[in-house]
Amino acid sequence: MSSKESILAAIKGLKLEEKPLPDIPDFEIASDLVDSFSLSLKANKGTVASKEEIEKLISETEFLKIYSASPVFEQYSNCQVPEHPADFADLDLAIIEGQSASAENAAIWLDESNLALRALPFIAAHLVIVIRKENILGNMHQAYDRIGLAKSGFGIFIAGPSKTADIEQSLVVGAHGAMSLRVVIL
Amino acid sequence: MSHPENATVFLKDKARAKWHDETLWIVREKRDATIHQIPEWEKLRELASQIKDHTLSKLDFYLEELEKNATANGIKVHWAENAEEHNRIVAKILEEKNCKAIVKSKSILTEECHLNPYLEERGIEVVDTDLGERIIQFLKQPPSHIVMPAIHLKKSDISDIFHEKLHTEKGNVDPVYLTHAARLHLREKFLQAKVAITGVNFAVAETGEFVVCTNEGNADMGVHLADTHIACMGIEKLIPRRKDLSVFLRLLARSATGQSITNYNSHFRSPSPGKELHLILVNNGRTKQLGREKFRNSLKCIRCGACMNTCPIYRRSGGFSYGSTVPGPIGSILSPGIDLKKFSTLPFASTLCGSCSDVCPVKINIHEQLYEWRQEITKANGSSLKGLSMKMANGIFKSPLAYRISGKMMRASLKNLPDSIIYNPLNTWGKGRDLPDLPEESFKAWYKKNRP
Amino acid sequence: MKIESPHIGLFIPCYIDQFYPNVAIATLELLEKLGCKVTYPLGQTCCGQPMSNAGFEADTEGTTSKFIRDFARFDYIVAPSGSCVLHVKDHSPKIKNLKKNQEHIQSNIHELSEFITDILKVDSIQGSFPHKIGFHASCHGLRGLRLASDSERNESAFNKTLQLMRDLKGMEVVELTRKDECCGFGGTFAVSEEAISVQMGKDRLADHIDKGVEIIVGGDMSCIMHMQGIAARENESIQLMHFAEILNQAIS
Repeated sequence: MSSKESILAAIKGLKLEEKPLPDIPDFEIASDLVDSFSLSLKANKGTVASKEEIEKLISETEFLKIYSASPVFEQYSNCQVPEHPADFADLDLAIIEGQSASAENAAIWLDESNLALRALPFIAAHLVIVIRKENILGNMHQAYDRIGLAKSGFGIFIAGPSKTADIEQSLVVGAHGAMSLRVVIL
Repeated sequence: MSHPENATVFLKDKARAKWHDETLWIVREKRDATIHQIPEWEKLRELASQIKDHTLSKLDFYLEELEKNATANGIKVHWAENAEEHNRIVAKILEEKNCKAIVKSKSILTEECHLNPYLEERGIEVVDTDLGERIIQFLKQPPSHIVMPAIHLKKSDISDIFHEKLHTEKGNVDPVYLTHAARLHLREKFLQAKVAITGVNFAVAETGEFVVCTNEGNADMGVHLADTHIACMGIEKLIPRRKDLSVFLRLLARSATGQSITNYNSHFRSPSPGKELHLILVNNGRTKQLGREKFRNSLKCIRCGACMNTCPIYRRSGGFSYGSTVPGPIGSILSPGIDLKKFSTLPFASTLCGSCSDVCPVKINIHEQLYEWRQEITKANGSSLKGLSMKMANGIFKSPLAYRISGKMMRASLKNLPDSIIYNPLNTWGKGRDLPDLPEESFKAWYKKNRP
Repeated sequence: MKIESPHIGLFIPCYIDQFYPNVAIATLELLEKLGCKVTYPLGQTCCGQPMSNAGFEADTEGTTSKFIRDFARFDYIVAPSGSCVLHVKDHSPKIKNLKKNQEHIQSNIHELSEFITDILKVDSIQGSFPHKIGFHASCHGLRGLRLASDSERNESAFNKTLQLMRDLKGMEVVELTRKDECCGFGGTFAVSEEAISVQMGKDRLADHIDKGVEIIVGGDMSCIMHMQGIAARENESIQLMHFAEILNQAIS
């Protein structure tokens, strides 16, 4: 008997009585979603920035390599997506578009249609995500309702920069992935 | 060694034990603060519990759904009956890829299966990429906590080992400095790795996808740079629908650390073109636990670690005192199912205060299961010395006369004997505590006189 | 009261009978002052909790049967201990031939403050107790019987014991840093895990002492015995009392 068969047989053999699967009800959401989103993002160590602030950041910082998957900042993009993601190891700034977000925790949903490369938001030193105001939803239930069963090989909720507290619970931003996350709300 | 012995040793370093207790208590307080911002918190716990109960009640169906959908997505699904088979499957994939070094993000399952030593014996370099795990890997220690694996270490300990392994400045204990040193070191590993291993937080039967949550982004750094991704999961990590994730992702990080969500919540559904994605479904005793009615719902666990942070015993004895892969209250109800004899002291390492059950995001009745394991353990042990005295006690309490005599004798003897003798039979009590002052008469005697 | 002069069976846990008769007397007098008809069945011994928590529930059938026989005839059973009440309600082994009586007991046994607030419908007790107190929430009453809201769950705040005491003149209740952490007694745990047990008790005492508490007030003498024992050993002057003693003094 294969392991698959033996595992399934062991479970079937228990003849467990089926328990009901609950529906997920609607819960109250914040009245000002942009405000709530911004507060949540701040708690996750990300920041809300305006389009102008990002442009200023780009003009004032010596970013050698910038890739924008967002049409909003297309003119700053100065490189192509490489064949192998490791060739983006020196990427200074990545700019991508988020599809929707949940205000309660600032989680922004992106999938492969937003990512030219799966490694993009992690390997870049700094990350900017552009999100439309009308796509900021209340909570995770609404966010998953919006996503539905949409098919993409990879999807992710990003809620902040890479961080860790593994050394005596001291919060340090920039563990492995992006050392900062700025979100532009349009 | 038994839990009480290990705990006694842990408590000898008073300052460190106090620090450990307080550090974890702060995490518990952060969790409290965040859950009080969610009015529907208790409802979410109930939903999560019901979703898991439902899934466990037809686990065979959902496992087959998962396999069918994942396979259609291009994921290669493997089944492992036990730890050994799991390790063999991983080793085989590595062999096919001719891979001698891997990066691995946090996975309690691979700890449970002792994957690292298995691969290392076969000449494969395993790099744990979660910062906490990398630290303890340098120190050749197991994790002392499932979410914060290096919580038992102070920054000076970490500074010392980084100085030795990563050549950081001697004595520099700045967490930012140390973290960035690890970033550079691990980035090099990420860029070289051909195979990356991750755990699985949730697998969704309906879509054939699985979700991995991290704050560091180490799981994603590993898998997106590598050509092959191997994900390892216990068969209980399943949920039916994608939308069920909304419930669990709201609960997981808030319970674990008090943050509203982990910063990276990656949904893997199919491999990138030209790459491979493997998913290993591991039993390793889970179907046995599923068959134990009283302990079945321990399989609802989502490994948030909240029960450890809140447990007054865990905080004062540390993760290593349990001697099991998963320490703390949840470990104490999972481990006896694996080896009743080896872990027989764990269900007794609790006051049954119930705090673990009330913080549990999936409402596992942990303290009640600790109580139930105690019953199983005494049954399995037969009549030990403790058993005998307990049976005698039942004899005394069954008969009012025996109770009265023994009570009177106890009071009389306690009053008339010198401290040295009192504290002999009761010497464990008396080590750090006095006995109560003894009254002239029992309530029973008073009642007879005053309410004739 | 719902039922006309119900008959209350007073259940005094064995260690209270032997070590703390004053708490038992206070409980009896308090219930009588509140107009209850109370009887203490003389044959009672123990509920079996210490044995069950040590893993010998199966060996407590004799003790449990005895308990059922002693108390089945009462409308309510009341005890000044959340822990023992919880045991009788949830953990005593099922006795087949006494099923009906056992069920009657399990649904009509109450911890003292719960009985006064929920059954007698007394909102609070009037009187005075000019002291700075700290409240020790014993775990079995707190998380087992839900005598109060706990710090783990997101629920509206309540505390049946403190509610009864809230109108006592001159009494100040301090806010603790860890409002409901376990004291470390835990029955046989106090002996089998002696080191942690004592450390937990010390930590709990320190929280009260740091806040300038004069008297730690609780509802379970087992926790109080443990903390009192440590306080005495450490020469701490802090006092510990059962709330029944305070309420009984206050209304007399």
